[in-house]
Amino acid sequence: MMNKPELLATAASLEEARALLNAGADALLIGDDRFGMRLAGHFSLEETAAVIELAHGMGRKVYAGLGGLMSNRLLDELPAYVKAIGELGIDGIEFGDPAVLAAVKSEAPGMRLHWNAEMTSTNYFTANYWGRKGASRVVLARELNMDEITEMVPLLEVEAQVQVHGMTNIYHSKRGLVASYMAHQGRPVEDGNLGKERGLFLIEAERRDEKFPIYEDINGTHIMSSDDICILEDLHILLAAGVHSLKIEGLLKPIAYNVAVVKAYRHAVDLYAADPQGYAFDEAWMDGIRALQDPERDLSFGFFYKEQVY
Amino acid sequence: MGTMTKPQFKGKRYRLDKPELLAPAGNLEKLKFAVHYGADAVYIGGQKYGLRSGADNFSFEEMREGVEFAKKYGAKVFVATNIYAHNEDIAGIEEYLRNLYEAGIAAIIVADPAIVDTARRLVPGLEVHLSTQQSTLNWQAVSFWKEEGLPRVVLGRETSLEEIAEIKQHVDIEIESFIHGAMCSSYSGRCVLSNHFTDRDSNRGGCCQSCRWKYDLFQDDRPEGAWVSEEEQAEATAPQRLQPGITQLPLHQPQDNPFSMGSKDLCMLESIPDLIEAGIDSFKIEGRMKSIHYVATVVNAYRKAIDAYMADPEHYELKPEWLEELQKAANRPLNTGFFYDTPDHEDHIYEPEEKAAPYDFAGLVLEYDAESGMALIQQRNNFKPGQEVEFFGPDNTFFKQIVGELWDEAGNQLDVARHPLQRVRMKVDHPVAYFDMMRKRK
Repeated sequence: MMNKPELLATAASLEEARALLNAGADALLIGDDRFGMRLAGHFSLEETAAVIELAHGMGRKVYAGLGGLMSNRLLDELPAYVKAIGELGIDGIEFGDPAVLAAVKSEAPGMRLHWNAEMTSTNYFTANYWGRKGASRVVLARELNMDEITEMVPLLEVEAQVQVHGMTNIYHSKRGLVASYMAHQGRPVEDGNLGKERGLFLIEAERRDEKFPIYEDINGTHIMSSDDICILEDLHILLAAGVHSLKIEGLLKPIAYNVAVVKAYRHAVDLYAADPQGYAFDEAWMDGIRALQDPERDLSFGFFYKEQVY
Repeated sequence: MGTMTKPQFKGKRYRLDKPELLAPAGNLEKLKFAVHYGADAVYIGGQKYGLRSGADNFSFEEMREGVEFAKKYGAKVFVATNIYAHNEDIAGIEEYLRNLYEAGIAAIIVADPAIVDTARRLVPGLEVHLSTQQSTLNWQAVSFWKEEGLPRVVLGRETSLEEIAEIKQHVDIEIESFIHGAMCSSYSGRCVLSNHFTDRDSNRGGCCQSCRWKYDLFQDDRPEGAWVSEEEQAEATAPQRLQPGITQLPLHQPQDNPFSMGSKDLCMLESIPDLIEAGIDSFKIEGRMKSIHYVATVVNAYRKAIDAYMADPEHYELKPEWLEELQKAANRPLNTGFFYDTPDHEDHIYEPEEKAAPYDFAGLVLEYDAESGMALIQQRNNFKPGQEVEFFGPDNTFFKQIVGELWDEAGNQLDVARHPLQRVRMKVDHPVAYFDMMRKRK
């Protein structure tokens, strides 16, 4: 039998963590907003401990996202955090900034490292480079297409993780762009809250039917895709290619939606693992997702079948 | 922002080593102007692996010629090899890097560790500088790249002067910072707007500048309209543009400019002492797509400021004419980026842009005869008798005059110098030199 890939989901709270584990997630990605990048939610050390206890009790894994772009100042806080989550038994750390490598080396040696530079993790050579620096997994850019992914997997000396569902980031600035715009309008926001829960979005002048969510947090301004990746229909291609981890991005989604997504992919992964030859996608698997899909956001194949030029 | 902070890093001890002035060169001709006008080094793009797929870009033959030219001035040539590679790009890297090295290139500017690693292994004599596309912001990351054998890191544009000084204190490495020109408002490399809007890969040179497009800002009305006042709701009259039945609240009013991510351009001319005292080793000017006039003007201004400061730091004063010079080439309003504080609404462009710089490159001085006061000028944009023009050059040529009579080389009098590259004789009010430029107001 094939190696069954891991089904990984992001959680925004302990409540969501529990729900996603019950729905069949093999692993959860959580983290601390100071170090993480576009985390679904912020977890204190106490909450992190609770998620780890819960997940480990079910034989599942918990990874911490430390994919932020680190400033000098943050380096003072980084080692203590890495040490703390190491002692709590976190199963792996996602990183982009090389500063995290140094902190892990000194504070949690032996910790699993997953390299995630988001849109810039685009080739096998660089993934293997980070593999030699200690990473055991690469989180591939969402802008790669299916051919690039499938031809890449056999060339990788590390595991491959691919996002199979949810939204993606398309622009990240350190600037507070929404706050700046409101100040320019002469109507600065009173309570300063321009975060995820506020439901802000942009519409580009010539794309009136696409809503691009935008929010600010301590890492700056984030603009997100107007559609949600959904690869369920063609999941067998990634499974056959030997992708090790399938990520469900739950950012800016209600728990019930993420639960439905995890259940659908859980079902597909299990069926494929049991009988790859007899496996066939069934449109009905989409029902649970479609019932809760935001009607203003399309489900799409993302960049899986796109050709890009430059 | 707007107002400049007083120098923060001026201590008792002044820095002794002069920073490098690094200029863009979109093609061979621009390279020559950049070097002649005072760049210590230039960076160019080759036919592959660069982030300006729309620029002229150099063949290896042109690189060799550029390197030879630069050498006469003691200047170096760097090549931007700063894409994030995809699998298909890997195969040609080795050959390309060998060719660069053989062409005499001093350094490559690299974002992707695939290229860093290949270059270090294959052509150790070729310096590797880490590109700003890596968004390096902290000393530990800088230290990592030093251990990888890199002598220089181009920091992310988000680092402040204070952070740069800290990095220099922690790591003995050359630091290069952008000091002038257009800026990504995103973390460089962390924007795929082009990929999403136009299927063009921004991290391989296909950026279509979607950050400067116009957007409308809305709020989803589903979590209640509690975030804006009732008065604002009443005034929010923008039509519903999506499918019927969708509830959304425009956060813009009819009289408002649209939302945009577009940034003003960076200009640190007024802060030269701060940049030098923070320990920045290389001052980088953006703009491989910019004109000859732009490159020469900007390099000239910074060259003069840096030299004046290094010659006598204690009595250094910014000359207003240097700033005025920059304005003649400016495409957009200017600001100081992240050096002093995080940019806010005054640092972004919401109004419609008038993008054109106010001056044109009218002619290039080829010869000057001191006895007759006549200059031979190569036409670059048409000019005619009676027009006011301005001569400038790296060796203190700087004056305005009215164009008098014009003759072609055969001695025929001209009513206008109308042909591109036409050689025209005219009398000049003061001495000029080969390579001096003549500009005119548009």
